[in-house]
Amino acid sequence: MTATPTSSRLVDLFEYGLDAPICLTWELTYACNLSCAHCLSSSGRRDPRELSTAKAKAVIDELEAMQVFYVNIGGGEPTVRPDFWELLDHATNHHVGVKFSTNGVRITRETAERLAGNDYVDVQVSLDGATADVNDAVRGPGSYATALRALEHLAAAGMRNFKISVVCTRHNIPQLDDFKALADRFGAQLRLTRLRPSGRGADVWDDLHPTAGQQRELYDWLLAHGDNVLTGDSFFHLAGYGQALPGLNLCGAGRVVCLIDPVGDVYACPFAIHEEFLAGNVRAPGGFSRVWRDSELFRRLRTPQHGGACASCAFYDTCKGGCMAAKFFTGLPLDGPDPECVQGHGEKLLTLRPVGGSGLPKPSGDHSHRTGAPVRDCVEDPLAGLRLTPKEENGAHG
Amino acid sequence: MTAMDLDRAWDLHPQVSVRPEPFGALLYHFGTRRLSFLKDRRLLAVVQALADAPTARAACLAAGLAEDELSRYGRALAVLAQSSMVVGRTS
Repeated sequence: MTATPTSSRLVDLFEYGLDAPICLTWELTYACNLSCAHCLSSSGRRDPRELSTAKAKAVIDELEAMQVFYVNIGGGEPTVRPDFWELLDHATNHHVGVKFSTNGVRITRETAERLAGNDYVDVQVSLDGATADVNDAVRGPGSYATALRALEHLAAAGMRNFKISVVCTRHNIPQLDDFKALADRFGAQLRLTRLRPSGRGADVWDDLHPTAGQQRELYDWLLAHGDNVLTGDSFFHLAGYGQALPGLNLCGAGRVVCLIDPVGDVYACPFAIHEEFLAGNVRAPGGFSRVWRDSELFRRLRTPQHGGACASCAFYDTCKGGCMAAKFFTGLPLDGPDPECVQGHGEKLLTLRPVGGSGLPKPSGDHSHRTGAPVRDCVEDPLAGLRLTPKEENGAHG
Repeated sequence: MTAMDLDRAWDLHPQVSVRPEPFGALLYHFGTRRLSFLKDRRLLAVVQALADAPTARAACLAAGLAEDELSRYGRALAVLAQSSMVVGRTS
């Protein structure tokens, strides 16, 4: 999100929360054709309890009433839901803008044209390597080709400023300029986000998260590119280097953002799918708005946070202690430094953890494909590994 | 930054959504996908009065502003015009 506050301290008011989220993430399904090694929602198989079409539309109507400007739709792979296009139209017809993330599997020439014709839709194509080898090592064989084909269709349909969304890893930080060139080639905008140790990301975080030197490289690169490269405000822990990056520079969990998962559970943020951060469910009486306004968890997150071990650090005012989810899933105290604290305070704590990852919190659910993730090299079908469940989608549940 | 012409008609851009908040309001422009904030409720009242007022000055006065507040609120409107949140109205 690009924010231009009329007063620099206005952001302080956000710490007390808003009447409704500015935007929220809504994961429509846990089903996915891919098995990305770092999937933050441990997606793969559809959950039989996922919201029905009717219930999903009711949630959209509620978001309209709350004047939520737009939803970030994700998954899983949202476009494999048979009612995806129906829900997209329902949202944009009801003044709820849609920005959705996709691996590109269902972006054909026809769907690209449909998207280009809707002013209230934005598309983010996920790509975690500027080359097939780097991308496919994390996202699975063939995923680079799928994404590139989607980008070509979107560009050909006349879609402008769609996003190429990259999770920054140790292996793709050296490709930042290549990503930018790729985005420019398609008339797209580059969006870089932070690798979180959430979902399956916890299993690969130690090996994939950027080194300290790469973090500095990323920070300098982002400063040089300013507003032209989007970050979803996900690198505010880098503000500890000195100058803050563009954006809100604050943990928005439960204050300005939250997550609705495929079964309707509401979490403080997309990277915190764990009962510790579960605020309620949209199916409960009062729906989503009651969860947003009254959940005990959200009320607590909206009270002033204290620096804890970070309080005496000169940079606490800029980095605010970093990302709650990153701390939680690496087993660090929530009122201490971020595991990737640029002053090195987190690294020290990480070395003190018990070996073997015992005692680390596990995500609430795991919808990973049961049959050998990642999908084997020999499987070329883009839907390989996807278990399609017959038409329960619009059934009685929900 | 060019000054706001208070003596002409203005309106919110048709692709802008306004959401009142305790501190003022949030504005979201679906065309530029930019978010802005109104830091007080009186500025919100001015913005909401634009569509029905013959001039921005009239909208300010309708929102209860005093003459000596016009330049300050005019500057706030100019910021909004610069980011296309507020646009000139011809009818």
